[in-house]
Amino acid sequence: MSLHLTIPRDAGALAVGADEVAAALQVAAMARGLELTVTRTGSRGLYWLEPLVEVVTEAGRIGYGPVTPDDAEGLIEALAGDGAHRLRVGRPEDLPFLKRQTRLTMARTGIVDPRSFEDYQAHGGLEGLRKAIEIGPAAIVEAVTQSGLRGRGGAGFPTGIKWKTVADAKADRKYIVCNADEGDSGTFADRMLMEGDPFCLIEGMAIAGIATGATKGFVYIRSEYPHAVAAMEAAMTAARRGGMLGRAVLGSAHAFDMEVRVGAGAYVCGEETSLLQSLEGKRGTVRAKPPLPAHKGLFARPTVINNVLSLATVPIVLARGAAFYRDFGMGRSRGTMPIQLAGNIRYGGLAEVAFGVTLGELVDDIGGGTLSGRPVRAVQVGGPLGAYFPRALFDTPFDYESFAARDGLIGHGGIVVFDDTVDMKRQARFAMEFCSIESCGKCTPCRIGAIRGAETIDKIIAGQDVARNIAVVEDLCQTMKFGSLCALGGFTPYPVLSAIRHFPEDFDVTPHRVAAE
Amino acid sequence: MQAYEDGAYEDWNAERAAAIIAAGKDREGPLLPILHGFMAAFGYVPEPAVPMVAEALNLSRAEVHGVVTFYHDFRREPAGRHVVKLCRAESCQAAGCERLADHLEEKLGIGFGETTPDGRVTLEPIYCLGLCALSPAALIDDRVVARLDEKRLDAVLAETLR
Ligand SMILES: Cc1cc2nc3c(=O)[nH]c(=O)nc-3n(C[C@H](O)[C@H](O)[C@H](O)COP(=O)(O)O)c2cc1C
Ligand code: SF4
Ligand code: FES
Repeated sequence: MSLHLTIPRDAGALAVGADEVAAALQVAAMARGLELTVTRTGSRGLYWLEPLVEVVTEAGRIGYGPVTPDDAEGLIEALAGDGAHRLRVGRPEDLPFLKRQTRLTMARTGIVDPRSFEDYQAHGGLEGLRKAIEIGPAAIVEAVTQSGLRGRGGAGFPTGIKWKTVADAKADRKYIVCNADEGDSGTFADRMLMEGDPFCLIEGMAIAGIATGATKGFVYIRSEYPHAVAAMEAAMTAARRGGMLGRAVLGSAHAFDMEVRVGAGAYVCGEETSLLQSLEGKRGTVRAKPPLPAHKGLFARPTVINNVLSLATVPIVLARGAAFYRDFGMGRSRGTMPIQLAGNIRYGGLAEVAFGVTLGELVDDIGGGTLSGRPVRAVQVGGPLGAYFPRALFDTPFDYESFAARDGLIGHGGIVVFDDTVDMKRQARFAMEFCSIESCGKCTPCRIGAIRGAETIDKIIAGQDVARNIAVVEDLCQTMKFGSLCALGGFTPYPVLSAIRHFPEDFDVTPHRVAAE
Repeated sequence: MQAYEDGAYEDWNAERAAAIIAAGKDREGPLLPILHGFMAAFGYVPEPAVPMVAEALNLSRAEVHGVVTFYHDFRREPAGRHVVKLCRAESCQAAGCERLADHLEEKLGIGFGETTPDGRVTLEPIYCLGLCALSPAALIDDRVVARLDEKRLDAVLAETLR
């Protein structure tokens, strides 16, 4: 008898023992004389079930998880028989967590073998690129514009408009730069996509190249992601061999090739101009705009700089048409957003849904509330520069404008859940401290203001002159918001002010005041 | 990259440094790849390498120094034989990483940013490993570990810090 299993090689699965599980299953299969084939995939994003082992059957894949090496023998025995086992979760597609999702960008992640160009094509890969070659640059830009796709990296700028600017620019050389810095806490969708479906990103970048006339692409990946670096490198080699990259992309008249570059542990290098500085081999300080990167970007050439998810969404937009994509979503937020559920959460993972689902549905229904079982008290949406929302704002629809209207941001779509043990003054302090650690140093409000902010919050924590010091922090936040060159200094006020505004009780009740009463 | 195999480093030697520079210098934007090359070979960016790169790339020493010191990854001194990086960003905070931070400081007898007197372990914070759905997480040498509590952390340390 022979068995075919899939086991993720995604960093999240590895971090909870996927390699050890794979090895133990091999040993157990050998002991029973079973022939075992294992395909290493990415993760489906059901992280509470990782390592999630799936067995390939005629009725589809059946999942078991979370599997430990100790479960290997029993699992192999079950798989050799009728498949019944206490870790059996059934077909992953039938789990409520996945059933409620609309996977467009992340459709193949966790399903295909990320090292296999053949598998990619067998699952619909290259359809977008073929279409792009067929319709040509102007029609590609038009399709991306019509799809309503906005940058998934945080700012939400329309991708089609950015591409058009670069397409219209005249230059001897143009670049496509993929921003894979993903420094926000609570975000991991870029990593998952690169590890689970790297050809999709390559396809998106090649389409961007054809659309704008750029012949060279760079993927700037943060150094904290060595597994993503390895997956991208392997996929690029296979793509080159398969004729997807090189002098004639899929045999067309378009040339496009790309390279991976590794960051060096600076959060600010996720900011686009700082990233370009870093790619050029300089300190990652932020450049003033204008000139826009679209006019004068990498090595002073017109440059498209897009987030991983923005680029990886383009293939499906072209393959299925702009209208298909635009029909998902609400208001000016079109299509789907890979939302990342993290922190103290029961069902942590990746939930790609059409824009418009409420924050409460995401945290309570899809995410299942806290892992600790205690009440959810605060959620931070949009990374370290995002606001903290209390339960009272759980009716906020997940879309760019609705969050902005409530002084928040969706950023890269990370949601970090905190239970009622959280101390919001400490979270406010951390935001200031993080800004001071990661500041590029170019402007005073950010470089000095953040240090002053952390010191002042320390005084609040110590119970000194609380009301006056809160006023100082609020004033500092105004200065940072309006006096900073980029969003690192400019958005740090979001977590700080939202903590003060929505959780005032954490700032008022101090030992000092209690003692004075 | 952040994590290097234990014991994989070479002692400083100028020839090796020159080879790393030669291999990287014709790339577009060569400085970061070359500095990563030094990190991979020596475990840090040795001082005598700075003028060599400056000369090869036609930069001033101050410029190269400025880049080396800007990025958190580039060390100017070798680290301990093992490097433990505990994630202390928001998602891991929400899942209790600060308790683990105290536990590590106590267990290793050092603070964050320090190396044990015997040179065995360097303890550092890191801000997000992208394992936030499995918080708290850490990087121990080149091994990612997540869903940590004190017990699991101790077990992983016992396996890795030999
Ligand atoms: C401090 C800071 C950090 C950022 N980090 C990232 C990041 O990690 N990934 C990303 O795609 N965009 C990041 N951005 C946004 C980028 O500057 C830029 O808007 C984005 O890469 C554009 O791509 P998009 O239009 O596809 O979103 C960051 C911005 C700031 C101010
Ligand atoms: S706000 Fe901070 S990070 Fe941004 S440019 Fe100014 S100093 Fe640099
Ligand atoms: S915040 Fe710790 S892994 Fe992301």
